[in-house]
Amino acid sequence: MADRPQGDANLGDNRPKLSLHVPEPKFRPGDAVDFSHIQVPKAGAQPRPDETTKPEDMLDFAHGLIRVLGEDNKAHGAWDPKLDPETLRTMLGHMAMTRAFDERMFRGQRQGKTSFYMKCTGEEATSVSASMALAADDMVFPSYRQQGILIQRGYPMIEMINQIYSNRGDKLKGRQLPIMYSSKEHSFFTISGNLATQTPQAVGWAMASAIKGDSRIAATWVGEGSTAEGDFHSACLFATVYNAPVILNVVNNQWAISSFSGFAGAERATFAARGVGYGIASLRVDGNDPLACYAAEQWAANRARANAGPTLIEFFSYRAEGHSTSDDPSGYRSAQERDEWPLGDPVMRLKNHLIEIGEWDEERQEKMDLEAAEYVKKTTKEAEENGILGHGLHHPFRTMFEDVFEELPWHLKEQAEQAIRERETKFPEGLPNGGKGA
Amino acid sequence: MTELKDMAASESEAPAERRLNMIEAINDALDVTMGRDENIVIMGEDVGYFGGVFRCTAGLQQKYGKTRVFDTPISECGIIAAAVGMGAYGLRPVPEIQFADYIYPGLDQLISEAARLRYRSAAEYIAPITVRSPFGGGIFGGQTHSQSPEAIFAHVSGLKTVIPATPYDAKGLLISAIEDNDPVIFFEPKRIYNGPFSGYYDKPVEPWKRFDASVVPEGHYKIPLGKARYATEGDELTILAYGTMVHVVEAVCREKGVEADIVDLRTIVPVDIETIEESVKKTGRCLIVHEATRTAGFGAELSALVTERCFYHLEAPVERVTGFDTPYPHSLEWAYFPGPIRIGEALDKILSE
Repeated sequence: MADRPQGDANLGDNRPKLSLHVPEPKFRPGDAVDFSHIQVPKAGAQPRPDETTKPEDMLDFAHGLIRVLGEDNKAHGAWDPKLDPETLRTMLGHMAMTRAFDERMFRGQRQGKTSFYMKCTGEEATSVSASMALAADDMVFPSYRQQGILIQRGYPMIEMINQIYSNRGDKLKGRQLPIMYSSKEHSFFTISGNLATQTPQAVGWAMASAIKGDSRIAATWVGEGSTAEGDFHSACLFATVYNAPVILNVVNNQWAISSFSGFAGAERATFAARGVGYGIASLRVDGNDPLACYAAEQWAANRARANAGPTLIEFFSYRAEGHSTSDDPSGYRSAQERDEWPLGDPVMRLKNHLIEIGEWDEERQEKMDLEAAEYVKKTTKEAEENGILGHGLHHPFRTMFEDVFEELPWHLKEQAEQAIRERETKFPEGLPNGGKGA
Repeated sequence: MTELKDMAASESEAPAERRLNMIEAINDALDVTMGRDENIVIMGEDVGYFGGVFRCTAGLQQKYGKTRVFDTPISECGIIAAAVGMGAYGLRPVPEIQFADYIYPGLDQLISEAARLRYRSAAEYIAPITVRSPFGGGIFGGQTHSQSPEAIFAHVSGLKTVIPATPYDAKGLLISAIEDNDPVIFFEPKRIYNGPFSGYYDKPVEPWKRFDASVVPEGHYKIPLGKARYATEGDELTILAYGTMVHVVEAVCREKGVEADIVDLRTIVPVDIETIEESVKKTGRCLIVHEATRTAGFGAELSALVTERCFYHLEAPVERVTGFDTPYPHSLEWAYFPGPIRIGEALDKILSE
């Protein structure tokens, strides 16, 4: 390589000096927020391609933004799913319930009833509306912010709260961090807590369904930040290689704890565009527009069911609250962002739409919110009878050793005896608060 | 510069007393090394502007700029792989993995790449990287924020694994790790970031500042990797521990009036076999305590070493106290944790033989 200059920056060769780009969000705490750089196309402007369209013939959908609800609170264009008012009210009800639930559980954590909680405020449509477009037995592989799916699928709220409190009523036996639900009965996969691991698993489930000639499809949800994990790329590749009947939902809520979406690649391309390179049909959707969320998910479900392959959907949204109860976003982003967010609030938008079409009013909304709050409160009280975290009313010690394997091997039997002996040493009179112990 | 010179130099410059918790001590180690060596870069999830979810990198981006301290995509594989590449260039990266429980997507890059770069290239390329990561339980973190995976790394040829137990040690060990030319896994026991832990979870945390081990000199000093310390000295038995468990066993011994050599290993690979042998040959009894699961845990290695090398000095079988062989449970966290009762039972057993 004698014709090549020496590659040592200190030798003073005349090649230009390189510099590293490190992304920086537009706004930090205290900054005035201006979102005018975000392109918000008119509602109804996008055509709706046939569900069997080839990915290369619909590239624009990875860069645009599918919107149905306009500034006039009316539904517009080909993506309008034309849902009847009763269905719209049901959707609104699930979203309002999700929000009321989040409020109460967040407060519960602050009151010391549990260790941890995560809200989905502002993102309700990405789970509730999308889930409504699926069949109840389609398998979902959610991340940790899709409580709206469980509420939509009618999972008993008391089970959710028991899980959050890790109490003796928790059917996951107090093993998992709060909100890491699981309900096979509701075709809801056990939430991992590790990031993006569920996405290739959803593809595998969908492949299995296709292998078996089943009619059920799979859908997974992942945050935009987590698409950085290799698992997400494996998901895309397996999905396209096997034309799997799966929907890859990317909820782009702009923030991954303190890292803005630029650290997942948003400065260069949309998240929907990730699908394009893999040959996956890709839609970019206004995630705060419940009708658009429903319509896109329905399109993808139709496509999967028609054996026409996977879809990647980017729901463009905003994480209105902190990442979790362990996070304080005022340390890294401007508080104005939430107010200035150009796509509004999904609950308000659907409410205003229903009012606009004469199927709803403020009084009914107020009554519904009140009833939702009352229901959550009542259910919380019921759940509290099963105990709250750290107050003795947990599952018996031996359950800690169950389900490591199908059968208890000798060493876990020994360790279980050890745990029970320790409990008897610590609480010779039995567990406090009437707990049953072992 | 030799380590001795470094230590002597910084000791003479150090003001009388400055007390830091473990987070501040780690931050200080990063600051001191970055100030001395422009090739040190820090990267990880939320480590830049925000300064890390545990605040260990607070203020460093502001001080050293965005190309030396920066946030990364949520890709542990990418973080570690990029660090390997930067190391190949000649930088000295200090990546952070937000929780040890999240390190597994980076395992191929650590085990097959970082750990073997020197070997497979006959030392043409090295991986002088230090992967910092909070580990261990006791904060109600459930199965994804509580694990102690040190034995996985101890099993890999080519990786050093370091676990500090005090702010003073955290700083000195981290500086050694960063300046070491081999890849180092630096596990920070997050339960004791703010104060040592007695094992009694219902008692408030006593802040580090009340303990002498929080006196952290300014400037540069090193604690050599592979050198243990006696946390306490006594003749009745030897207790081998590291991280959080050093403090738990200390509290239990104090409570039970047991005079033990508590050996804080500080580094598990390379482990300080001389100190272990010295102590066990003196006391004739050995208890090993770690929070990680028992089967094939690092305690098994320690037990084998003690049995192989000190068998004829032993007056009782070597005992292990560990976490149970289950995932870390949420609600039963304290039933899982190897606390005072489990340790006390083992002490009674080993001392009665």
